[in-house]
Amino acid sequence: MNLFRSHVLVCAGAGCVSSGCLATEEALVDEIAKLGLDREIKVIETGCIGTCDLGPVLVVYPEGIFYRNVTADDAREVANEHLLKGRIVQRLLYRDPLTSQIVQTYGEMEFFSRQLRIALRNTGVINPEVIEEYIARDGYEALACALTTMSGEQVIATIKESGLRGRGGAGFPTGLKWQFTAQAHSDVKYVVCNADEGDPGAFMDRSILEGDPHAVIEAMAIAGYAVGASAGYVYVRAEYPLAVKRLQHAINQARDYGFIGDNIFGTGFRFDLEIRVGAGAFVCGEETALIASIEGRRGEPRPRPPYPAAKGLWGKPTLLNNVETFANICPIILHGAQWYARIGTEKSKGTKVFAVAGNINNTGLVEVPMGMTLRQLVFDVCGGIPGGKEFKAAQAGGPSGGF
Amino acid sequence: MQELIKVTIDGREVEIPEGSPVLQAARAAGVDIPTLCFMEGINEIGACRVCLVELEGGRGLQAACVLPATPGMTVRTNTPAVRKARKMNVELLLSNHPSTCLTCARNTNCELQKLAHDLGVTMIPWVGEKSDWPLDLSNPALFRDPNKCILCRRCMAVCHAVQGVGVLSTVARGFETVVSPDANRPLGQAACVFCGQCSAVCPTGAITEVDAIEPVFSAIGAGKHVVVQVAPAVRVAIGEEFGLPRGAITAGQMVTGLRMLGFSAVFDTALAADLTILEEAHELMQRITQGKVLPLITSCSPGWVKFAEHYFPEFIPHLSSCKSPQQMMAALIKTYYAERVVKLAAGQIFSVSVMPCTAKKYEAARSEMGYDGNQDLDAVLTTRELARMFRMAGIDLPKLPPSDFDAPLGLSTGAGVIFGASGGVMEAALRTAYEWIAKEPLEQLDFVHVRGMAGVREATVDIPRLGTIKVAVVSGLANARDLLARIKAGESYHFIEIMGCPSGCLGGGGQPRTRREEAGEAKQARQSSIYAIDKGQKLRKSHDNPALKKLYEVYLGEIGGEKAHHLLHTSYTARGRFPWKKH
Repeated sequence: MNLFRSHVLVCAGAGCVSSGCLATEEALVDEIAKLGLDREIKVIETGCIGTCDLGPVLVVYPEGIFYRNVTADDAREVANEHLLKGRIVQRLLYRDPLTSQIVQTYGEMEFFSRQLRIALRNTGVINPEVIEEYIARDGYEALACALTTMSGEQVIATIKESGLRGRGGAGFPTGLKWQFTAQAHSDVKYVVCNADEGDPGAFMDRSILEGDPHAVIEAMAIAGYAVGASAGYVYVRAEYPLAVKRLQHAINQARDYGFIGDNIFGTGFRFDLEIRVGAGAFVCGEETALIASIEGRRGEPRPRPPYPAAKGLWGKPTLLNNVETFANICPIILHGAQWYARIGTEKSKGTKVFAVAGNINNTGLVEVPMGMTLRQLVFDVCGGIPGGKEFKAAQAGGPSGGF
Repeated sequence: MQELIKVTIDGREVEIPEGSPVLQAARAAGVDIPTLCFMEGINEIGACRVCLVELEGGRGLQAACVLPATPGMTVRTNTPAVRKARKMNVELLLSNHPSTCLTCARNTNCELQKLAHDLGVTMIPWVGEKSDWPLDLSNPALFRDPNKCILCRRCMAVCHAVQGVGVLSTVARGFETVVSPDANRPLGQAACVFCGQCSAVCPTGAITEVDAIEPVFSAIGAGKHVVVQVAPAVRVAIGEEFGLPRGAITAGQMVTGLRMLGFSAVFDTALAADLTILEEAHELMQRITQGKVLPLITSCSPGWVKFAEHYFPEFIPHLSSCKSPQQMMAALIKTYYAERVVKLAAGQIFSVSVMPCTAKKYEAARSEMGYDGNQDLDAVLTTRELARMFRMAGIDLPKLPPSDFDAPLGLSTGAGVIFGASGGVMEAALRTAYEWIAKEPLEQLDFVHVRGMAGVREATVDIPRLGTIKVAVVSGLANARDLLARIKAGESYHFIEIMGCPSGCLGGGGQPRTRREEAGEAKQARQSSIYAIDKGQKLRKSHDNPALKKLYEVYLGEIGGEKAHHLLHTSYTARGRFPWKKH
């Protein structure tokens, strides 16, 4: 295996793709090759790093130097200066919006240091299209652990104890939902991931699917084991082509590696999943409408009860969780319910991912512990209001959020 | 058996089976919660929100039609919040509804109109966009005005779940949403069978029969020789439109009323039903004795015939070649009656039928049903339309003295009358086939196994000199679908009666509208009356009909003979599931 002296992460979240990161990356790779450094330096395309208004973004390891707004020409300069000669390109560094001081590294930036990334643990860190990178970050260990050391009941007990609540918005206790689905009597059950993230301005789920698709696949397999399902669907909106592409790629890889499919880890447990792409209807994010849409019917909600846990996809008991909910599962299995339950507030455990937009210094994607105040989020994590202006208002839930 | 639980509705405790909707609990408590979209078992979608109730300890208001009752539940149906929400929901529906009640076909029997009145809607405070859909005038049977549609989906539920046809569905989203036939085409291009069950359940004037009243009145007014035939099921239903009890038998009054309207002759389709039996029993015997295609399946119901042509063309060889009674009568009127009785050219006669059916309007317009480019039948009225004509003419049906149908096409047997009920064709055919084959009188005329309201009924009949024949009676096209699937899977029968509408013509798409909760009761009453008429007849076997004996003697020749074939039999066309596609 080749050892590289340096890794350059190029954020390839959809935001950075829009701001031209692919051209930046191409120039960078090209320049590195021209300089003959391609056996020493590895360029890695990652999911969303989170600093969306600073894109395209490069992070150079091992130092963790953070470059922002990197054009193709800038990338060639980084290769020549930083990667070849070891001179950091000062003009591309990040300035703290409040102090105007240059901040050299990723770790020193308050935007990152004040976050606690559980659901986003791998997003912006690994190449989502390389399963080995996921495995290197404990990927599929939680599934192995659950399948070989825990019963389904134990898995559910752990999720219940963790206090994790649904991240789709309603905040229903996840463990309870798993339990209801597990208790429903049926020969066939399904696990469905709701990736029909439709609210304007929200891209938490998209970033996870784009940046760490295996986290969702692994969690769905664990859920399948816990509730007794052997088939799953990820319902992704069609407006997320990159997420669909990376997720499909990840599913294929996971299947090749035997992490999904028949006889997973030699335990006899079988679980496989498929993607279903939405057709652009906002309402299909509602669980019963989503189920109707998967079934090929018009995506319209139906009255509940019966809830999907009792009667869901094709009338069978169905566990339906949001992307971000699933993204929290593996760390809980690996680190334990107590670890997770220590984070957050009394009633809301863990962390929450927010997509932050508007008149604010650092827009983008952040993950913070439950209980952090909006003021802390706006000023401490996101750097406050441009020009030191006074804070007027924030709309939770975005344009379609409630007042 | 579900456990009974106690729930409290407006302070009154009632016992109902656990899990049944609060709507039902309320009805048990004497509270009639309004509904629009709800149809038990087939359209429980909680969409219209006019059945909102307040649930103690519950969040917001809940739709009573889909809210399952749980033990100890306390529900209030008459609070300011409930009244306000229901009223506002109706106001919102009305904000995109044409305010043309006075000129609407459903004026005075529109559910939306009644609801608005009941809920005290006195103005529509919401001003907004209005739909502007083109009218669907594409076919002779059903007329659609999507601007009057409130998207309750009842038509869709009936079309899919009851009729297994499924040509109606919702298209597009949000304000653009519209209930539309297949591929967003007009109904006339879709694989619609025109059964009209959609028009029977539509709460508003969005789907109605195509109005044939004007052409009929015009023909009468123009002094033409206008004759009318009336189907059996009309005489036990039309009374409902005049406040008579369900199932009231008004055959005699109806005939008087028709004469008062100005018809020159009033004939009984039941005679043609007897004629159908003679031809069809003959066909059945031939098929059985000559080893031809079995089962023989009836072809009286034009909805069923069109269903077979679109969805089960492989069963066309099974369809009886007999025309329906309506078309047999129509053919006789423009030939035998014209030539021999009134001595007029066929074109000088304007021939009208009154049917419990909307598909009959389509059947009359089929190209096979004519001569020299003219149609045998010039206009088809539904039961509802005839009732309206009576009202237009100030004819108070219940007060009229009864009179008899006109000779020579007015005399029928009980066998012809029971055509109006599902199972009637079968029973009538069995009475005749039995005596013809066994060559001995049938003792027990009532074949009770083929009667009833169940969607599928089967029986075996022992006929001396032949053996046991296996028969089935089906009504409602979803049931027909199931039966045909079973036949394809290998089940065998000799003779099958299929009627397009549930309960047959009694529940036809052109019959008087009843409250949905009472539809079953109404059909039951009509059925009892039909069999009561049969029971009271001296002649109860089609082959005993003296008018027909004479007709064959003087005009038709032999049963199943050449002339009979020419006038009384027809053929069918495979039409495909997507008829607009060129084959």
